[in-house]
Amino acid sequence: MQQQQKLIFEKSVSGRRCTQLPACDIENKTALPQDLLREEAPLLPEIAEVDLVRHYMALSRKAHGVDNGFYPLGSCTMKYNPRLNEEVAAMPGFTDIHPLQPTASVQGALKVMQLLQQYLAEITGMDAVTLQPAAGAQGEWTGLLLIKAYHEAHGEQNRTKILIPDSAHGTNPASAAMCGFQVVHVPCTEDGFVDVAALRSLAGPDTAGLMLTNPNTLGLFEKDSLEMADIIHKAGGLLYYDGANLNAIMGIARPGDLGFDVCHLNLHKTFSTPHGGGGPGSGPVGCKKALSPYLPNPIVEDENGQLTLNFDNPNSIGQVKAFYGNFLVYLKAFTYILSSGADGLKQASQGAVLNANYMLYQLKEIFHLNNTFPCMHEFVLSMEDLKEETGVSAMDVAKALLDYGIHPPTMYFPLIVPEALMVEPTETENKETLDFAIETFRKIKEEAFADSAKLHQYPLQTPVRRLDEVQAARKPILKYQKSENQ
Amino acid sequence: MTSYVPHTQEEKQEILASMHLNSMEELFCHIPEQVRLKELLQIPLGKSEMEVKTQINALAQKNKVFPTIFRGAGAYRHFIPAVVKQMASREEFVTAYTPYQAEISQGILQSIFEYQTMICSLTGMDAANASVYDGATAAAEAMNMCRSPKKKKVLIAATANPQVIATMQTYAYSFDMEIGLIPQKNGKTDLTALSQLLDDSISCVYIASPNYYGQIEDCGKIAQLIHAAGSIYIAGCNPISLGLLQTPAAMGADIAVGEGQPLGLPLGFGGPYLGFMACKSAMMRKLPGRIVGQTVDADGKTAYVLTLQAREQHIRREKAASNICSNQALCALTAGIYLAAMGPNGLKEVANLCLQKAHYAATEMQKISGFQLVYDGPFFHEFVTKCPIPVEKVMTALEEKNILGGLPLNGALDNCILWCFTECNSKEEIDTLIQILKEVT
Repeated sequence: MQQQQKLIFEKSVSGRRCTQLPACDIENKTALPQDLLREEAPLLPEIAEVDLVRHYMALSRKAHGVDNGFYPLGSCTMKYNPRLNEEVAAMPGFTDIHPLQPTASVQGALKVMQLLQQYLAEITGMDAVTLQPAAGAQGEWTGLLLIKAYHEAHGEQNRTKILIPDSAHGTNPASAAMCGFQVVHVPCTEDGFVDVAALRSLAGPDTAGLMLTNPNTLGLFEKDSLEMADIIHKAGGLLYYDGANLNAIMGIARPGDLGFDVCHLNLHKTFSTPHGGGGPGSGPVGCKKALSPYLPNPIVEDENGQLTLNFDNPNSIGQVKAFYGNFLVYLKAFTYILSSGADGLKQASQGAVLNANYMLYQLKEIFHLNNTFPCMHEFVLSMEDLKEETGVSAMDVAKALLDYGIHPPTMYFPLIVPEALMVEPTETENKETLDFAIETFRKIKEEAFADSAKLHQYPLQTPVRRLDEVQAARKPILKYQKSENQ
Repeated sequence: MTSYVPHTQEEKQEILASMHLNSMEELFCHIPEQVRLKELLQIPLGKSEMEVKTQINALAQKNKVFPTIFRGAGAYRHFIPAVVKQMASREEFVTAYTPYQAEISQGILQSIFEYQTMICSLTGMDAANASVYDGATAAAEAMNMCRSPKKKKVLIAATANPQVIATMQTYAYSFDMEIGLIPQKNGKTDLTALSQLLDDSISCVYIASPNYYGQIEDCGKIAQLIHAAGSIYIAGCNPISLGLLQTPAAMGADIAVGEGQPLGLPLGFGGPYLGFMACKSAMMRKLPGRIVGQTVDADGKTAYVLTLQAREQHIRREKAASNICSNQALCALTAGIYLAAMGPNGLKEVANLCLQKAHYAATEMQKISGFQLVYDGPFFHEFVTKCPIPVEKVMTALEEKNILGGLPLNGALDNCILWCFTECNSKEEIDTLIQILKEVT
């Protein structure tokens, strides 16, 4: 068993220092009134630089990123994060500019924004793009606000309902609720597609729009999406495209051509920017001309060759966050698009779909599943039969994968598939990696039949084993507390 | 073209053949023929790494990096120790997803637990989340925590940062909440106006201290007024100032939020930054986003895990506390490393250096005719002065010397300047500034 990792506070020794600051070069010191000052110093560690480095090195060794190994986490597009992107985002010409500098002094940054907006509009088939949303969920919310503002401007305040398929990501209904919309669930058919007949009966004069992930969360292209667009538009609603799965169709098809009016992109998925252990992401929103007057402020504009930021758009929904979005993040996506180009982006999507199908083709056989083939960039395995026959659940399989150095697929999502494991290999994995993962699944399945009790024990090789999540939630300990005897 | 797809042409054919397919096109057979693109996208073809780097470097050169900056207004240049950048660049942190698989994510989970502890300690609060997008959305999410069917109104101090007010207004539009601005008096929240505006329809009040003008608000009195009216006090705060200033909790705030960018994050043209949020334990289960808690593993070993997930969108869907999923985890990690590198004494020193430099600059500016301070209350590291000549002239003169001057204000403060001073500004730089101001006026 590995040694317990101490918290950084437990390594603190009074008087130790890491960073030294220059002495104060001002002679006549100012003192603030005593009642404005804090009485107690904050609980921060006092630690030497070498010990700080070793602490975070130890923590980093207990983390697993794409650079550590295969990460087929469904719907998260854990593709390789190119090193060039990191180098570009560390250039002082980008890191050291103030967001409120005169626009004449940041023409390079504004050019990045303008070009990226243009490229993303072309990739999605939209007319205008904002880069301000900080992540996918904020993009969804921004896009829905555009829909809300559009209907209000057209005197249709009664359009209060957003239709969302059962297979949607949890952020979809949560974003719709944040906008004050009522969420109407659209059922799926047995083979995982949106039930078009049900959709037709649900769409009406109170429909604000439909949110659709396409390819859907089962990794299947919604084959009736053109018909769905027609139904919603005829009812007077608008179509929202959740871009979480855009990695399947870059250069192959475009949401705009499929009839969608507004979409968000997850640059931290499709466009290779790293996830940083949970963020920062970047969730630009694209829309058709009819919705563009409502886009968040500010908008980059070209005034006779000089780029400016326009904060005065009378119909704008306003700002969705401070400044202009996660600039250094979307700068990485910009770099990725320049590197890949129109040809490379198409090859990326083809590769993503090829790899997913290669895995699906063999795993279908191993687990005796009747998934639709071909799939798009991801697919969902159901461990329902395995559980029935051996008692080994999707969770057990996932935890066993950990011991083989493979990050498990997304577990128990989408909710419509029992014992789901959602696999998204991405295009940046080579054949050997895919073969190793397929072989590992086969071994785990064989072990489930041979010794199912052992499967409930995994993982055994990781820094800690399965956690007691119930205790964590029942008696929350959310911060370190100095114990009495210290 | 730079391709990040490892397969050779032969391998692609081999993989297709293994599935009894002849071409890539067959993989996309479910996409209706009429919407399948026949030609490449209208964006440039891919380029080599060398070409891309040259192209982007040329764009970076078109941005002016000011070696001397006297501008803050929501984005602050502070010294970032080398160890902070380097530790936060470890690939295991950078290229990981949200730590759903706790067994292989203890490093990330523990770093967030430590970050939450530091934010709680800085603000004096009981619980903190793992971050939201930035200080502006932190304020908006705090407002969301206070939503109730009966209380639809929110008061925001007119002295708050305009970026924060604008963001809160957008969220309020979304939440169908009504916003009222509390007028200012002498650069601080007008307490008489505040008590007049407060009634039982007000769910919460957002006031930042130090405020947009750098002034330190009368937080204790503000808390009393808000609580007497049965409302919730959301305190905006600058984390560097908390090395020195009284904590929001001690002043009576219920929720503390702020922009964490000063804690080791570069200016980066406005992002990515870090929204921090902390609150009293009574509101803990209303916090949005990820929260890490301590627990044990199957062997009884102490371990960390994402917890209180019943608040979150992937469980509660439309009933979730917020829609937030991705946050600013790597920025939170950076802030945690920064705070560990500084320690309690270092943070206090940074705060004190900011205070001293700003007050020295203010004192020296007072000696120049026409640059008097607009407000006379206690301030931290920002303050507003008048300007005796058109403000553009001052800015141009400073820019010629590679100095980014304070931020020109508008509206009622037309032709006034909001200055900011940090530990990065030496006395020599400040003296140069004063000299230039004397020369141009």
